[in-house]
Parts: sequence; structure tokens; C-alpha cells
Amino acid sequence: MAKELAGLDKEKLKAYWAYNVRLTTIVMVIWFVVTYVAIFFAPQLDTIVIAGFPMGYYMGAQGSLIIFVILIFWYAFKMNAADKTYGVEEEEE
Amino acid sequence: MAMKGGFLDNLGKIYGIYTVGFIVFVIFLGISEAMFGMSPKTIGYVYMAVTIGLYAMIGILSRTAKVSEYYVAGRSVPAFFNGMATGSDWMSAASFIGMAGTIFTLGYDGLAYIMGWTGGYVLLAVFLGPYLRKFGQYTIPDFLGARYGGNAARSIGIIAAITASFTYLIAQVTGVGIIMSRFLNLDFTVGVFVGLGGILVCSMLGGMKAVTWTQVAQYIILIVAYLIPPTVMSYKATGNPISEIAYGQALQKIDAKEKAINADPKEVEVMALWKKSADELDADIKGLPGSLAAKKTALEAKLAALPATAAVAEKEAINKAITALPATPEIAKEKWSAAKTAALGKSKPMKPYLQPFARLDMKNMLALTFCLMVGTAGLPHILMRYYTVPSVKDARMSVGWSLFFIFLLYFTAPAVAAFGRSEVLNNIVGLPIAQLPAWMANWGKVGLVAFKDINADGILQWYELTIGPDAIVLAMPEIAGLPYVISGLVAAGGLAAALSTADGLLLTISNALSHDLYYKMLDPHASINKRLAMSRTLLVVTALIAAWVATYKITIIVELVAWAFSIAAASFFPALVMGIWDKRSNKAGALAGMYVGFFSCVIYMVGSRFYGLDIWGVKTISSGLFGIPLGFIVTYVVSRMTAPPSQELQDFVESVRIPRGAAKGVEE
Repeated sequence: MAKELAGLDKEKLKAYWAYNVRLTTIVMVIWFVVTYVAIFFAPQLDTIVIAGFPMGYYMGAQGSLIIFVILIFWYAFKMNAADKTYGVEEEEE
Repeated sequence: MAMKGGFLDNLGKIYGIYTVGFIVFVIFLGISEAMFGMSPKTIGYVYMAVTIGLYAMIGILSRTAKVSEYYVAGRSVPAFFNGMATGSDWMSAASFIGMAGTIFTLGYDGLAYIMGWTGGYVLLAVFLGPYLRKFGQYTIPDFLGARYGGNAARSIGIIAAITASFTYLIAQVTGVGIIMSRFLNLDFTVGVFVGLGGILVCSMLGGMKAVTWTQVAQYIILIVAYLIPPTVMSYKATGNPISEIAYGQALQKIDAKEKAINADPKEVEVMALWKKSADELDADIKGLPGSLAAKKTALEAKLAALPATAAVAEKEAINKAITALPATPEIAKEKWSAAKTAALGKSKPMKPYLQPFARLDMKNMLALTFCLMVGTAGLPHILMRYYTVPSVKDARMSVGWSLFFIFLLYFTAPAVAAFGRSEVLNNIVGLPIAQLPAWMANWGKVGLVAFKDINADGILQWYELTIGPDAIVLAMPEIAGLPYVISGLVAAGGLAAALSTADGLLLTISNALSHDLYYKMLDPHASINKRLAMSRTLLVVTALIAAWVATYKITIIVELVAWAFSIAAASFFPALVMGIWDKRSNKAGALAGMYVGFFSCVIYMVGSRFYGLDIWGVKTISSGLFGIPLGFIVTYVVSRMTAPPSQELQDFVESVRIPRGAAKGVEE
């Protein structure tokens, strides 16, 4: 199998995948907190008002969205770097 | 080939010039309107002719006879531009026209749509996008077929892809018809066919390649059209042109005014009148069929009692009232029940716009957000777009760009809603009926705005006013005092949103039929020419069927779209994610999971919508709540109970997980 997968050794592949799983878990936890936890505590968050925005409303209308965008780019940069670290990046044509 | 290379190298420049050109065109139209009095009708026609002509032209320039260009745009679309294309592929007529109106009506609870339709991209980014790109075939059923060995999984994939995409397509085609008929006064059916004509030229000649470059062009039009009105509105209302920051002030104004309205004695009087009207309707409904007959007899008696000298107009008015009565007790029941519900709605003080869970309880808000997110990540016409980028690296970045471009519209929608609501509450309510602004009359003609001076004081009260959700975006330019050229631009933007989504859906359906069903299952030796000819023919046939269905204007269509989401979420998502993330998942597990996910979802939809089925009070719109976890659990359990997948399949999974090398076990 090692040979089939472009001459990569099994240990490195395992470590790469473990890293990916860890990153994915972090992304999912943040994703969960900024949407579902934020919805759950919306009434409490709403007691804080900044520039006219009650924070519970703000999280649903903007806060969570901004975090989603940052989260996806952060994941992309981390993984694209990890490809090189673990030597599994795509061959340049 | 030389031209194509040149095109791809100069994308930034080409679309930059295009954007500037489009803005110059809008300014030119604006000048024509202001100086030479160009009529709204002419402006409307110029917009439609120019934009649809443009889309058709891109199609002709991008025509292709290569399979990889037709199906996946030659896998040469840069991450940034694929993001734009995905943005317009994703944002439909409902996002463009309906989203702000939904928030206007539902307040905080409407934000479930904002979070749901964006948060799904996070799931897509980490669970599916990069891996599908590595797999690198043409369709989503392709992946199911390769991963779960054979035609059984592919067939379910085809059925689910077509079911979800076709219902969604009809909604887009209906949207095209509505926009064309409203702005050009064309007949609905004619509007549908004119609009479809443009995109058919495009997708038929150039497949995914043409659709991609058209979608980029459409994104630019729709985002410019969406952002201008709230920017002007915000500047006028607060002095800050950045509406997304400034609308906090509008939210505070809304909150204060809502409290004042609920305490206003005039408004309380109006609410009481609606309560009375609802009670009367209730008595009438209970008294059917006698109450209907009595109404008719009373009117006829009134007519007979008119003196011979009475004015003709008076007589006609009574005759009209008689013909306006419902024809049968059944129709009467339906009509009066609807009127009763509307009256009851206006008889109670409104709940605050900012208050969470006022219209949707917390449980349903959480469930809806979850279903919309998973549905987003399971829609085949979106997933397909990540086959078109050059590499896994680009696929990861491209999901980010996709969400960024969607985000630009979605984080503005609540601002549009807030400025619209603040304007109506603070500047419209309380006006004498005779002094209402022109936009109310304009949109009243098409039934989007209605009011009834029920307490006959000549002043408009909040509870006398009904505003259709679609009116918010469409009327915003007029509310902001902008010239008609901007209203026309908004219509062109809405049309771009509907057409771009329709394009992607059409391609998904015809590819599922021509590539997955015909080529992969029925005739694997078909020549390239035959395959492409087949695909182009099916595209036209699908478009015609969709147009034909749309002309029936089925009212349940909005619900069908919500159902399409849940179906995609419950049938596709678990099988795709498990196929990548769980090596042990096998054919038996995936098939069982897809069946159970699909049917449990459909059973809850139909059951809760028509037969009063109710588990934990979950609403029909969130039917996927049960199907999604069931799909995962069944796939997992059945896979563990049956033999593991072959070594080749496990190697295949391994190869999809890393960017380097070719995907294993995939021919071509």
C-alpha cells in the first residue's frame, strides 16, 4: 500500500490524517459554539448592547457568519501547509 | 486553445473591465432617465435584453466539444472565481428577493436562514469539498458509484439528485417568470420562455465551462444590485453609508416604536376591530352553508329594495358584491378561514422584532438551522462545483471564497430588513391614507402591499397594513428615493440570481441522466459525440418540462424547496461523509442508510404536513432532523454487521484522503 500511495510511508500518512482530524474537530467545536450555543444563550447575550446591536441578535446576523468565513480560510491555510510538512502535497505539473 | 489560455490568464482584467463596463452602462441608463425621460418600461427592456444577451454571448464564446470542459470546465477554474460562480449558483431568487423579507417578518427567528445557509459551507469545507476534488470525476453519483461499488448506490444517487434539483429548479423558473412579468408586463409564460432561452444557449453550448463564466458575470450583477439600495438608505437614515454597521441604530428605533405602537390607543382600537371581524368570520364559517345563502339573500333584497331612481353605480356595486361571494360553501370555508387567520394575526399585539424565539420556539430554531446547514452541504449542484478547480489546495480555498461572496449578500440582508422595517414603522405608520408614498400604491397593484382603514379614521395604523415579504427588496430603491434605473437594476439582479441557480440545477439534472444513467449504466461504450449530444438534448428537455410545470404556478412550491433541502441532507450527506471518513462503511451500510434517511425524512414531511404527525413539536420544514442522524446511524451499524469493503476500496478511501497521487480504482 505504501508503494501505491506515491511512495509515502504509512506512519507519516497516519500522522497527517490524525492532524487533519484534530483540525477538523477544532473547526467543528467553534462552528457549534458560534451557532448553536449562541442561539441557546441569545436571550442572555441580548442584555449586552453594542452600537445598537443586542449581542444575541448580532451573533445570528453577522458574528457567526464572519467566524465561518475566517474558519474556512484558516482551515485551508493550515491544511495546505500541512500537505507540505507531511510531504503529501500535489505534484506540480 | 490559444484564446482559452489567454482568457484564463487574464480573468482579473476581463472581469474588472466587465464590472466597470456594467456600472458605466447603469450610469448611462440613469442619465437617459434623468435627462431624456426614458420610460421605466424601456429601461426594463434594455436591462433584460442586455443582461440576457450577455449571458447568451458568454455561452457562445465558451462553446465546447470536450467532455472535461463540458462537465467540469476543464478543471481550470481558479479558487477565487469558482467562489464567485458558487456564490451565484447558490444564491437563488429566494435569497435575493425573499431573504430580507423573511427577516422583516420573523425578526430574530428569521436569522435561522442566515446562519443555516452559510454555516453549511463549514461542513462542506472540512468534510467534503477537498476530498471530492481529489476523487476528481464528474458527478456526485459518480462518487457514490465508485465508493460503494456499483450501480445500486449510483441509482439512488441519481434519484436523490434529480428529486432535490428538479423541485428547486421549478422554484427558480417560477422566479424568472414573476420577475419578467412584473417588470416587463410580459405574460408569465412568455417571461419564463424568454428568460430560459438565454440560459439554454449558454449551458447547452458550453456545459459547465459556459455556466461557470456566466455565473461569475451574474454574481457581479447581483451583488452590485443588492448592495446599492441599502447603502443609500443607510446614508440617508444615519449618515453612515455602511449599512451593515449602521443598522444597529435602526434596530433600536424599531424596538422603541414597536413598544409605542402596542400602547397606542388607536392601534388598540384597530386590534379590537380585527378581533371582532375574526369572530364574525368564525360565526359565518360555523353557520355554513346557511350563512352563505343568507348573505346572498340579504344582498339580493337590498338590490330589490333600491328605488328605481337609484344611481346605476349603486346598483352595480351590489351586483358586484353578489358575484364576489364564494361560489360554494367549500370555497367559502377556505376563503373565510384564511381571512380569519389573517384577522386574528392582527388582533394581537406584535412580539418584539429583536426578541429571540417569539415566532419559532428555540427547539425549532435550532432544528431548522441544523437542517439548512446539512442540506446546504448535501446539494449536488453545489458539490459539483468543487470538481472544477485545478487542485485539492484550490478546492479548500475555493470553499472559503464561496462563503465570502455569499456572506457579502447574507450579512447585508438583515440590514435591508431593519432599514425597511424602521422606515415603515417610523415614517409610514401614522400618515394620512391620502398622503401615503407612491411605492405603496405601485406594489399594491401586484398585491405585495395591502392596507385597510378598518377604523375609518383616515390614518394608517400598523395593524391596518400588510406587507408581503418580497416587497422589501423590490421596493427598497423607491423607499430610498432612488430613480427607476436602480429598481430596474434590482430586477436584473434578481433575474441573475434565479438564472444562475437554474443553470447549475439544469446541468446537474442533465448530467445525472446523460453521464450517470446513460453513459455509466446503459451504454458505457458511447462515443464522446454521442454523450455530449445526449447531454445537450436532455438539458433542453429538462428545461422545457420545468417551464411547463412552472406555468401551473403550484402554490406548494415554496414548501417543496424546503423539502428538497431535507431530502438532500438526509440522503446524500451521510453517505458522502461516511464514504470519506469511515473506511469500514460498505455498500450494504450506505444503501440502507440512504434508504432509511430518505424515507424517514419523506414520512415525517408528509406526515407532519398532512396527517398531524408530531414528534417533539418539530415542524415540517425541519423534517431532516430525524433522517440525518438515522442515515448516519444505519450506515454505521449495518456496515459493522456485514463484511468490510474490499482492500481496493479501502485503498481508494486512503487515496482520496491525501492530495498527492491519483485516486485509486478510478478509470479514465
